[in-house]
Amino acid sequence: MTPDARPTAADIARRVRKREVSAVEVAREHLDRIGRLEPKLDAFLHVTAERAMEHARAVDAAVAAGKTTGPLAGVPVAIKDLLDIEGVPTTCGSRILEGYRPPFTAGVVERLEAAGAIVVGKTNMDEFAMGSSTENSAYKPTRNPWDPSRVPGGSSGGSAAAVAAGMAPLALGSDTGGSIRQPAALCGVVGLKPTYGRVSRYGLVAFASSLDQVGPFTRTVEDAALAASVLFGRDERDATSSDQAVPDFSPALLAGAKGLRIGVPWSFLEKGVDAPVLEAFREALSALESAGARVVDIALPHAGHAIATYYIVATAEASSNLARYDGVRYGLRVDAGRDLRETYGKTRDRGFGPEVKRRIILGTFVLSSGYYDAYYVRAQKVRTLIRRDFEQALESCDVVATPTTPSPAFRFGEKTADPLAMYLADIFTVPANLAGIPGLSVPCGFADGLPIGLQLLARAFDESALFRAGHAYQGLTAHHRAAPVMA
Amino acid sequence: MPRVTPDTVEHVARLAHLSLTAEERATFARQLDDVLAYAESIQALDTSGVEPMSHASGAGLLRQDQPQPSLDREKVLSEAPDADRGLFRVPRVLGG
Repeated sequence: MTPDARPTAADIARRVRKREVSAVEVAREHLDRIGRLEPKLDAFLHVTAERAMEHARAVDAAVAAGKTTGPLAGVPVAIKDLLDIEGVPTTCGSRILEGYRPPFTAGVVERLEAAGAIVVGKTNMDEFAMGSSTENSAYKPTRNPWDPSRVPGGSSGGSAAAVAAGMAPLALGSDTGGSIRQPAALCGVVGLKPTYGRVSRYGLVAFASSLDQVGPFTRTVEDAALAASVLFGRDERDATSSDQAVPDFSPALLAGAKGLRIGVPWSFLEKGVDAPVLEAFREALSALESAGARVVDIALPHAGHAIATYYIVATAEASSNLARYDGVRYGLRVDAGRDLRETYGKTRDRGFGPEVKRRIILGTFVLSSGYYDAYYVRAQKVRTLIRRDFEQALESCDVVATPTTPSPAFRFGEKTADPLAMYLADIFTVPANLAGIPGLSVPCGFADGLPIGLQLLARAFDESALFRAGHAYQGLTAHHRAAPVMA
Repeated sequence: MPRVTPDTVEHVARLAHLSLTAEERATFARQLDDVLAYAESIQALDTSGVEPMSHASGAGLLRQDQPQPSLDREKVLSEAPDADRGLFRVPRVLGG
């Protein structure tokens, strides 16, 4: 562990705008670092070096010409490989999209680039974002920068590892059941899952459309708020994107912990949390309390049913969304079939990995005749109960706090033979997706040198409360300033 | 709830247009049975009078229905495994 001297996204943008450093220098430095560390980490599926240098030159030219440049001027950003960029490959971690170059660009990437950010590459992920370790990538596993014998978490493992290793100060991921917050916790960085509807899903490869949300990885909460101010807002190309006003987050960053009410669902944390994780969690609460926050006990009576509910709802939606991969319009086609039906079957059998097939089968099963009411509709009702739990709990507090994960990063292969064990690792992150509320993971300590995450949840569209609590916490502690030792 | 058998998996795989090997069918049957056994916990909950929740946001926002250019056809077709004269080409659908 070494103290972190690397500039934040906010530092870089400020210096580029003041012409203290050029966007070209910043881009070259980060691309060099990616080149050096990539053989050890495998965080990227595609590095967009040439495109990045071209964009960096354009940012420098705009600054030199005195044109207003955006809040992310010259900031290198890594993009999870399920967000489209015109002409750049999108694989979604799957063989079925190998070689696909989308003819359009995702709304979030447009926003980042309009703000001056420089895309340095596309990051590795579990195939179709299905997984908690990045071991389900069809291409390669990504290694955790804190311990290369361990997973970075998933599904956005490449983005989390890239930010932890300083390959980029900012990265985008997507979070359907914890796929931003869990890898953020396991890699010791900040990860934000915004309120459902806050961020455009246009150009995001769909997994479970009622749960998917795009969000940033950063090292500081201040950078997460900066990224949020760029990413949030209505996009007409996504009918679920909200027109709620996006507030200025700077007052929240200045507010401090004094008077903040933190709800802790103690009875939900009773079982299965590692002792060092629970200890770090208690210490984080004490730090916030010493700065004037008040900790209250809350109940989430149905949270224990969240995993069961999630794996019915999410797989049902996935089975429908993934029907589009049929070898007709893009990606892989296996032409061995005698007719179209056989071509579909063979293409999908060759193109999808085991976890994706497992979830398509489960999702198709719970939607099939005879099981639809008992599984799918019932899970949707339990989803309502889980949302109500949070609505009630958040009447008596401003944020809910839990550990982000029950354990730190696990070893490769440790959970691959038992899908259910892998699913249970998402116990604390899944409820927020079902309820549609925002969540933030902030580094809060270490267990045997492995990072631990503090999760904060808030009312829908109240990301300000998360930034307030998270930034206050980072002002009181130094966990986020530790960096993994990278040769 | 009934146990998931390799035959159940085969039936569902056909619905989902997946060709599976016998080994995949056996493995998936065992694993899905585990997951569904775990999911039994929600069967015991009282959900009478509870509305099913299909989405986290309220009603979707609609935009003005104004004609605007769509994606360029050549560009889109250039991604297709097989395209001909502005169309996607597929293997035989009927007869044979």
